[in-house]
Amino acid sequence: MTIGEIANKLSLSVQTASDRLQTEVTGGYASDMLSRVMAKAKEGNVWVTLQFHMNIVAVAALLQLAAIIVTEGMSPDAATLDKANKEGVLILTTPQTTFTIVGQLTELGIEGTE
Amino acid sequence: MKQETEHLRPYLADLHVHTVLSPCAEVEMIPPLIVRRARQLALGIIAITDHNSAENVGAVMEAAEGLDLRVLPGMEVQTREEVHLLCLFDGLEEVLDWQAVVYAHLPPEKNRADVFGPQFVVDATGEFIRYNDRLLVTSTSLSVEDVAREVEERGGLCLGAHVDRPSFSLLANLGFVPEGVPFAAMEITPYANADDLVRQHSSLAGYALVCSGDAHHPSEMSNKTILTLKEPTTAEILLAFRHQGGRRVKVVDDPHQT
Repeated sequence: MTIGEIANKLSLSVQTASDRLQTEVTGGYASDMLSRVMAKAKEGNVWVTLQFHMNIVAVAALLQLAAIIVTEGMSPDAATLDKANKEGVLILTTPQTTFTIVGQLTELGIEGTE
Repeated sequence: MKQETEHLRPYLADLHVHTVLSPCAEVEMIPPLIVRRARQLALGIIAITDHNSAENVGAVMEAAEGLDLRVLPGMEVQTREEVHLLCLFDGLEEVLDWQAVVYAHLPPEKNRADVFGPQFVVDATGEFIRYNDRLLVTSTSLSVEDVAREVEERGGLCLGAHVDRPSFSLLANLGFVPEGVPFAAMEITPYANADDLVRQHSSLAGYALVCSGDAHHPSEMSNKTILTLKEPTTAEILLAFRHQGGRRVKVVDDPHQT
């Protein structure tokens, strides 16, 4: 499934890099500890978090993640969005919680990266 | 230059000490016992850094009056990323001004002493004055950048706290030290292997390291950091962090072996 299809089905709003919506999603990972994300998440994963510090962009770019879903209505600032556009990092936002989003991703058949 | 460096002297320093205002601290962390332990360790500088508050700083400063021990007013702020940052100042007024900003960015919840522990405000002798009933052990709505920039503008020093810890630290929570943020230095715990840490985390390059006890009990206070300064002020400490004008900072295993 592409990240664009997921964004549609879960009503996520596209904040950056809309040219990346065709990326195939390889799995999912959820954590707010960026050090854990760097250690665990894999290329093509969708990452669910409520962190919205600029460092999320570098982590997603480094790991070549399909997208970051930022939850609970947290909104990255303009500098973070700029950087994400420059790095080609797709940021999606939602007012829902991480728990809810991960449940919905699981229902869509996205498996967690172990 | 030589004449200048003749006025320099080494200070053993622990820049991260809690008091009974921190709900997780032991009841022994009262001003006279903190000062006594500092003297046992031959510390020349300590910073009082309670969680999101500075209400016991004045009491510890008073307890150290007349002694060869400089008490720096400080605070350990928890940012919205759940990162702990040390904020150090020269004067009580400055830290209390900063405290007003921090309080304005704390949620309105009250402390639950039965869950988190009591938050005692005490006098210089350690006598109980009142409870601080704010919920102090939680995140402010300030970002890492907000805190570092505000503290720098106020003439203070902002350090990443216990960066080797697996929680509440820049490296754990944000993966690496964000670029372009005015941190004065990075703090490691006495359990860290500084060489390994710097090898594993390239974002630490260029930062001076200090080692502090993060003491919640007097026995946890540390004397592993040596600051060589003209006088114990934040301006001099910043020079030491930058290795300027002969000022320097060194972390050692045993200060009496050097």
